[in-house]
Amino acid sequence: MDFNFTEEQDMVRDGLSRLVRELYDWETRRKAIESEAGWRPEIWAQLAELGILGMPFSEEVGGFGGGAIDRMIVMEEFGKGLVVEPFVPTVVCAGGFLKHAGSEAQREEHLSAIIDGSRVFAFAYAEPRGRYDYADLETTAKKDSDGYVLNGHKAVVIGAPWASHLVVTARTGGDRRDREGVSVFIVDKSADGIVTRDYETVDGRRASEVYFENVSVPADALIGEEGAALPLIEQVTDEAIAAHCAEACGAMKVAHAMTLEYSKQRKQFGVPIGKFQVLQHRMVDMYTAYETAVSLTYLATIKLDAGEKERKRAASSAKVGVGQSARFIGQEAVQIHGGNGVTDEYAIGHYFKRLTIFENEFGNVDHHLKRHVSLA
Amino acid sequence: MNLDFTPEEQAFREEVRAFIEENYPKHLGDVGLREDLSREDFLAWHKILGEKGWSVPAWPEQYGGTGWTPTQRYIWSEENARVNAVMPLPFGVSMVGPVIYTFGNEEQKARHLPGIRSGEVWWCQGYSEPGAGSDLASLKTTAVRDGDHYVINGQKTWTTLAQYADWGFFLCRTDTDAAKPQEGISFILVDMKSPGVEVKPIKLLDGGYEVNETWLTDVRVPVENLVGEENKGWTYAKFLLAHERSGIAGVARSKRGVEKLREIAANETLDGAPLIEDMDFARKVSQLEIDLAALEITELRTLAGEQAGKGPGPESSILKIKGTEIQQRLTELTLEAVGSYAAPYYHSVANDDGSNEYPVGPDYSAHAAETYFNMRKTSIYGGSNEIQRNIISKMILGL
Repeated sequence: MDFNFTEEQDMVRDGLSRLVRELYDWETRRKAIESEAGWRPEIWAQLAELGILGMPFSEEVGGFGGGAIDRMIVMEEFGKGLVVEPFVPTVVCAGGFLKHAGSEAQREEHLSAIIDGSRVFAFAYAEPRGRYDYADLETTAKKDSDGYVLNGHKAVVIGAPWASHLVVTARTGGDRRDREGVSVFIVDKSADGIVTRDYETVDGRRASEVYFENVSVPADALIGEEGAALPLIEQVTDEAIAAHCAEACGAMKVAHAMTLEYSKQRKQFGVPIGKFQVLQHRMVDMYTAYETAVSLTYLATIKLDAGEKERKRAASSAKVGVGQSARFIGQEAVQIHGGNGVTDEYAIGHYFKRLTIFENEFGNVDHHLKRHVSLA
Repeated sequence: MNLDFTPEEQAFREEVRAFIEENYPKHLGDVGLREDLSREDFLAWHKILGEKGWSVPAWPEQYGGTGWTPTQRYIWSEENARVNAVMPLPFGVSMVGPVIYTFGNEEQKARHLPGIRSGEVWWCQGYSEPGAGSDLASLKTTAVRDGDHYVINGQKTWTTLAQYADWGFFLCRTDTDAAKPQEGISFILVDMKSPGVEVKPIKLLDGGYEVNETWLTDVRVPVENLVGEENKGWTYAKFLLAHERSGIAGVARSKRGVEKLREIAANETLDGAPLIEDMDFARKVSQLEIDLAALEITELRTLAGEQAGKGPGPESSILKIKGTEIQQRLTELTLEAVGSYAAPYYHSVANDDGSNEYPVGPDYSAHAAETYFNMRKTSIYGGSNEIQRNIISKMILGL
């Protein structure tokens, strides 16, 4: 049993922590998310240069041979700075599909471009009516002589406006909600027939509604086996869950620290409000909620390579526990900040917003509590 | 980072499991924790462990400890929880013992530690007072020096299992003029057979007699029973409380409790189907399991810190709060699972002939309510959970 990080991991954390502090200060971030682009490609390039984008990939494909723990460290630092750049869709999701199921040619084409930062991905899996069920798909991929033809509508595709490529889930067979018949494709976003409607998300990112109208993709756009992608999707999304949980831990840590600091400065009735026991106990409960979230994030991260049931149970446990902590800490932090907590000017509200949207990413608390029950 | 146990730790687990299977008194296996155990029942396993040298695993080796790592101790507690073992009571082993070997003199160590190890001497804790409660420092019991004796007067309460105790460790005020209430308190060992010591059991709402009121009237105690320095007892009391809190999470036992809860809920029915298949109920069980998983990792993180040389610090307050909340929710859910057979009062329906058969309802229902009632104590004792929050807010958050 060992909870220590390696020297390399400590170095990555320190380096990233400095980068986020220096390049992601509050005002700069605000300007970036309000700019037309909505993100900073130059930061992306810098992350590539530092090797962060290549960290979880093997050395044969130009990566650094890191693993789930390294990803966790990166995401926690990103969470502290509310970094908006699309690490999860590109590196964790697209990278994950390629790593687990990509052909040699697919890896060669895409992985090196992910690692050097030249290709950015979005993961188009959700649909307006599918909620959190990855198999509830109305998007279809029909086989034709040259490959497949995609039709459908993907909802709230995070990072899509920034992406050059999409990972798309679609039904190649079976009925709606069948576990069989689900496939995954990599699609160039500029392909004919793709229409996007781009917008801002409340937590400072960008997303799109993506429409596929008879989009022809070549046969080698298919990742893995046709019709058998659901277990693969579950593996990759569990990895994304662990990553997002780590991000939420970073955000919660900062939200809690800000609240503590504020409570020591802000005076009411002649004393700092942190002197009031009723607020002290709430901040203690926030602290224990944070530690609980960290523990469950460790568990989910460590179990990613375990057996399927163990992995899913750990990921769902984390999504439930971290989700509850995220909501609790977010709401309490705003409450203790009083009126300032609900202004756009104070950073705390933005942490609250990110933590709120985190709850719904890859399944909310109720969904994962149910999944946990089904895995008993 | 790696959560797996090493091959050595796995081998240790096998060794421990085999020892427990061979030596744990079989008749106690069925008793569980919630029957009125006799003094002999409480001590049976303790004495066996004493002979084996495993009764005080966490002590330094020079005083009879095992030299086990925190991880090994964790494995040890898990294996004991598997058989629901009646563990050595904490009063000697994890409370006064560490105080004596840390702050006591050589004579005190030689006199008291062997009896704690072997289980021959039963200890009780004289901290709480009727008017003090969580405000421990406001205690009023006095110890006045008279030649080579202290004369102790006062009343203690919640003295757990003092009805069986040979010795007690008491916090007494030796300086009534001290500037702060925490100063002027001393840590004194009292022979419970001394004249003037009177112990009166308090019946609790579960029907059991677990705690007592203890009166001390002109009790003469030799000065050599003072531990450490006079008026410095608060320091030792705080040390003791931090030790008490580590291990208070009760993870292994709660894990066993969740298994038991699932068994009960598989047996009970709702709308013609097993209760455990009811989504409302099943979600509560899952939520409990998730919180328990978080607590387990948090405890392992704390243990890893201890292994790296950090003593039990204020973080143990998290384990106390979360651990006791989970214990309470577990007994609450068990009560819910049992349904209407939670109502029969066990003491009114228990067989007089000593047979094991419960006369009313399924056997798992007999103690559900009393266990639930009994476990309300956990968020109150050992420094209430509100006090734990005060500790975290001061020591960790700096408020």
